[in-house]
Amino acid sequence: MKSEIDLIKEIEAYLFKEMDAKQAADFEDERISNPSFDKKVTEHFNFLQSLKSYGDKKALKIQMGKIHEEIDLDALKEEFNKAPSKIISFWRKTKRSLAVAASIAILFTLSTLYFTGQFDGQNHVSNYSELKRDMETIKRSQRALINNINSSSNQPSDNSQYGGTGFALSSNGYLVTNYHVVKGADSVYVQNGKGESFKVETIYIDPTYDIAILQIIDPLFKNLSPLPYTFKKSNADLGEDVYTIGYPKDDIVYGKGYLSSSTGYGGDSTAYQISIPVNPGNSGGPLMDNKGNVIGIVSGKQTQADGAAFAVKSDFLLKCIGNIPQDSLKEKININKKNTLAGLNRTAQIKKMQDYIFIVKVYN
Amino acid sequence: MSSKTNYFKPTDNEIILGILNNSSSTLQYLYKAYFPMVYQLIVNNSGSEDDAKDVYQEGIIILHDKIKSGDFELTSKLKTFLYSVCRRLWLKRLNHKSRYNENINDYEDHFSVEQDLVSHEEKDQQFVMMDSALQQLGEPCKTIIEDFYIHNKSMQDISEKFGYTNADNAKTQKYKCLQRLKKLFFSKENI
Repeated sequence: MKSEIDLIKEIEAYLFKEMDAKQAADFEDERISNPSFDKKVTEHFNFLQSLKSYGDKKALKIQMGKIHEEIDLDALKEEFNKAPSKIISFWRKTKRSLAVAASIAILFTLSTLYFTGQFDGQNHVSNYSELKRDMETIKRSQRALINNINSSSNQPSDNSQYGGTGFALSSNGYLVTNYHVVKGADSVYVQNGKGESFKVETIYIDPTYDIAILQIIDPLFKNLSPLPYTFKKSNADLGEDVYTIGYPKDDIVYGKGYLSSSTGYGGDSTAYQISIPVNPGNSGGPLMDNKGNVIGIVSGKQTQADGAAFAVKSDFLLKCIGNIPQDSLKEKININKKNTLAGLNRTAQIKKMQDYIFIVKVYN
Repeated sequence: MSSKTNYFKPTDNEIILGILNNSSSTLQYLYKAYFPMVYQLIVNNSGSEDDAKDVYQEGIIILHDKIKSGDFELTSKLKTFLYSVCRRLWLKRLNHKSRYNENINDYEDHFSVEQDLVSHEEKDQQFVMMDSALQQLGEPCKTIIEDFYIHNKSMQDISEKFGYTNADNAKTQKYKCLQRLKKLFFSKENI
């Protein structure tokens, strides 16, 4: 076995013709008879070839470098000055990408506007009015679930401006709703499930608790049968099953959830936080527990969070009622003490309650 | 480099013949004749002056190698070949810079030169490998190897230049150097 260096010597001796005829013939014979030898010879030839072309290329580069220096680049620059400016050539080169980018941006903006409801004029107005209330720092009204039935203010007065829900406090025509529902109203009507409307008068308001007490003053109104539900004086417990019935639309809607916090918006201790689906128009509806007790008045929801609604605690409603100067009342408010819902299942409870829940229509 | 070449315009065939015979005046003519064309192409397609120089020189090397390899058939004008090669090289570079755009501003006819570029890339890789191997080899080996294998100097000249007492000592040294260079070159290739 020849060493690597001997092999190189032999190959080069052959290559540079330093071998005599006999040696050269032996070399050629070995290439034929010994494939591994032949492979090494070929490899060495190729290597020398690479070395040679490396040298050629390097020389060529040096040569070109010299020639390049002779070229008058300034003259070239001058000659091709007619060429478009950088900005124009940038535009040319990128116009396609720019067009794509621009269309995507437009599409994205439009779809964002669409999905966030910015194209919906009504929504826009009601979002704006909520913000306005915010700035007036009427804390409760800011979370109001006012159902903006008609957004234009120059409508004829027979169209109600806002809607909400109200429910009976006593069988002789006293109702409760949220203060924000009736705030600023010229006249207020309530409508029952049968479609009968009655004119009501606001006899007491408490903006702090967002409570308004209404009395039906319509001669057509006949006293209701005794109320089936009672009002809870103590606080309801966290996690309790609750439900509400209201008028977020023209038909009565049931919503079910649970009591998720014993304080309301921003830690407000006069309200509960409830996880319940509520919508504008639910304001003023009763918040009921399983046994048919009113534990609160649905008053609003947090716009930035899902599943966070609020209800004024029922004991504040009772306090309000107690605060009404008795001499201003034409009739006594008799708070019902007898609960006839307790043993009933949910559907039966709802059926019995329906007649005591009203749409509140506000005109101004 | 006679000044005559500046007044007389060689044909494509004459240029090829000149390149085959290592005529430096032919190279000079060729280089100067088509640089403006490539300069226009590169500079007007977001390249710099240096980009134009690099791409053009690479294009000339490709043409040069193609002629030297003997398989160059004159099926098109040299000009068109050079333009096509440089155009392709520049598109590749733009692609590397992620600014690739098929809407390159063209100034000349062109055709596909993919095959030429593939073989060029192989050669270029070998060039880089050889360059790196030679740098690692160090002196005096590098110069001995270059003098003998590239510049075709005799062993006698080399032994005198490096002060070897006789040509045989220089030869032994050259073999050792070549063996090392081979190792460096082939170890590179396997990485």
